[in-house]
Amino acid sequence: MMRISALVRRIFQQMFRDKRTLALLFVAPLLVLTLVYLVFNGNSVDPAIGVENVNDQIIEQLEAANMEIEQLEGITDTEETIIEQDLEAFLTKEENEWKLTLLNSDPGTSKALQVQIQQIVNQTIQTQALSESSMKIDSSAPPVKTDYVYGDSETEFFDVLSPILIGFFVFFFVFLIAGIGLLKERTSGTLERLMATPIRRGEIVTAYLIGFGVFAVLQTAVIVFYAIHVLDMVLVGSIWNVIMINLLLALVALSLGILLSSFASSEFQMVQFIPIVVVPQIFFSGILPLEGMADWLQLLAKIMPLYYAADALKGVMYEGLGFADISGDLLILVIFAILFIFLNLVALKKYRKL
Amino acid sequence: MNETISIRQISKRFKEKTVLNTIDLTMQEGSIYGFIGPSGAGKTTLVKMIVGMEKPDSGSISVLNQAVPNFSLLQEIGYMAQSDALYPELTGKENLTFFASLYQLSKTEMKERITYAARLVNLTDQLSKKVSAYSGGMKRRLSLAIALIQNPKILILDEPTVGIDPELRQSIWQELIQLKEAGKTIIVTTHVMDEAERCDYIAMIRDGAIITRGTPAELKEQYHATSFDEVFLNAGREK
Repeated sequence: MMRISALVRRIFQQMFRDKRTLALLFVAPLLVLTLVYLVFNGNSVDPAIGVENVNDQIIEQLEAANMEIEQLEGITDTEETIIEQDLEAFLTKEENEWKLTLLNSDPGTSKALQVQIQQIVNQTIQTQALSESSMKIDSSAPPVKTDYVYGDSETEFFDVLSPILIGFFVFFFVFLIAGIGLLKERTSGTLERLMATPIRRGEIVTAYLIGFGVFAVLQTAVIVFYAIHVLDMVLVGSIWNVIMINLLLALVALSLGILLSSFASSEFQMVQFIPIVVVPQIFFSGILPLEGMADWLQLLAKIMPLYYAADALKGVMYEGLGFADISGDLLILVIFAILFIFLNLVALKKYRKL
Repeated sequence: MNETISIRQISKRFKEKTVLNTIDLTMQEGSIYGFIGPSGAGKTTLVKMIVGMEKPDSGSISVLNQAVPNFSLLQEIGYMAQSDALYPELTGKENLTFFASLYQLSKTEMKERITYAARLVNLTDQLSKKVSAYSGGMKRRLSLAIALIQNPKILILDEPTVGIDPELRQSIWQELIQLKEAGKTIIVTTHVMDEAERCDYIAMIRDGAIITRGTPAELKEQYHATSFDEVFLNAGREK
């Protein structure tokens, strides 16, 4: 017990003297999170649409749908016009046929634009046809009432993304700092020197988990409160569940970080683990839909801790799930942590066989 | 005098290379033992085995009548590694306090030992400085102080005087002689031949084997040499 507290105190002393690492732990995640928030919540620019031979009613409707209309005449080369005039689309009526050309530089936006323009054109034609047959109808068709299972019409991509981001930052920074912490101890020879004292391997692992765990707890709390109260992230479920998921994830990152540090012989080699261990986890964390992936890829996702944490975080923050619903994910995180801690004990045998 | 360390038929291989080849050695309390030999001869591996950090492939070691490795023995062994294993972000005092608190020492005992060890290596005035601001020799001295911190019965020093100026080296050796007279068993590895002369008993190690052993006077006579450089060269030739 005394030895553990001595080791924990030493880790604190070292951390507090290393202001840059502290800043990395607490300021960097907030900075990146804020940037992502700003990037994803930017207002969209009204698309510019070129039209030729289109009647005023349709133009009115298009303008009402937040499009900028440029009326053009005598266009021969449509594609060139779109590029030169910086248009998103060009709508024309030749004979009795509507023709829409899309710039399609961003397929997502273009699809949405295509659907919107088609609807407006069809609607206008229908109303015209009806009014020509001199029937009195309400020109504004009753809007379809839309309900949402999760979120509402104000939901942005950032709201779905943010729970995953929180988990990712906790994982990434704790992994890196704990890993490099123990690595420094290996490369400077102090770990070997420690092994010449009556300290037990379990005491070293425990002290590292506690020492860096405290920083992980603080970091998690700061990130979660900042995301929810400053960036106004959607949080339907309980904040305590969010914190618990992140703490377990931090424990996994911590034990994995110090474990992998035994396979690195320098700080640079520790950084080399990022593209191998950290980056692939992002792809399987739910930012991209897993359902469409090949079966073996889906299996791969199942061995990634971030997959479970992201699933639970999304469940709590966006879908409002309770503890019982996420307990499966939590259990798997606990198993990951126990496995890594056990492997750490084995890895330390390299320094002393006792 | 009591036998404190006994090494029996120790062999160790790393992959294809034989690092230690059937080493036999016994040591008694109140003596300084010098392991002398070129770098890569296996000195460090041998002392690490006595501490219990390395395991021999065959043979056995016992220290204070207990088989190595053993947790209670680690309390009785002070070890100074070849490279300075210190925490540069911490001050000298914090380093000493940290290592002291890994051993079973009472509060007052700990304070006394820290004061004693710092004074011994002439670092009392520099204890509040961060180790990153220490010179090479100061780091070496702090490592030595740490090895003494728990007042161990056995002291194992791997190249303790590298980078230490002659004056301080002199005072460290005087202190080692006092410690030996207080009944401690001291092992020193070195490749500085003039330090060999100060040891009570010498084992010359080369390519993982003890090529010759004895007191400094015995060895000089045996190899008809005036200096230890000659002893070493002659002993190497005979092998």
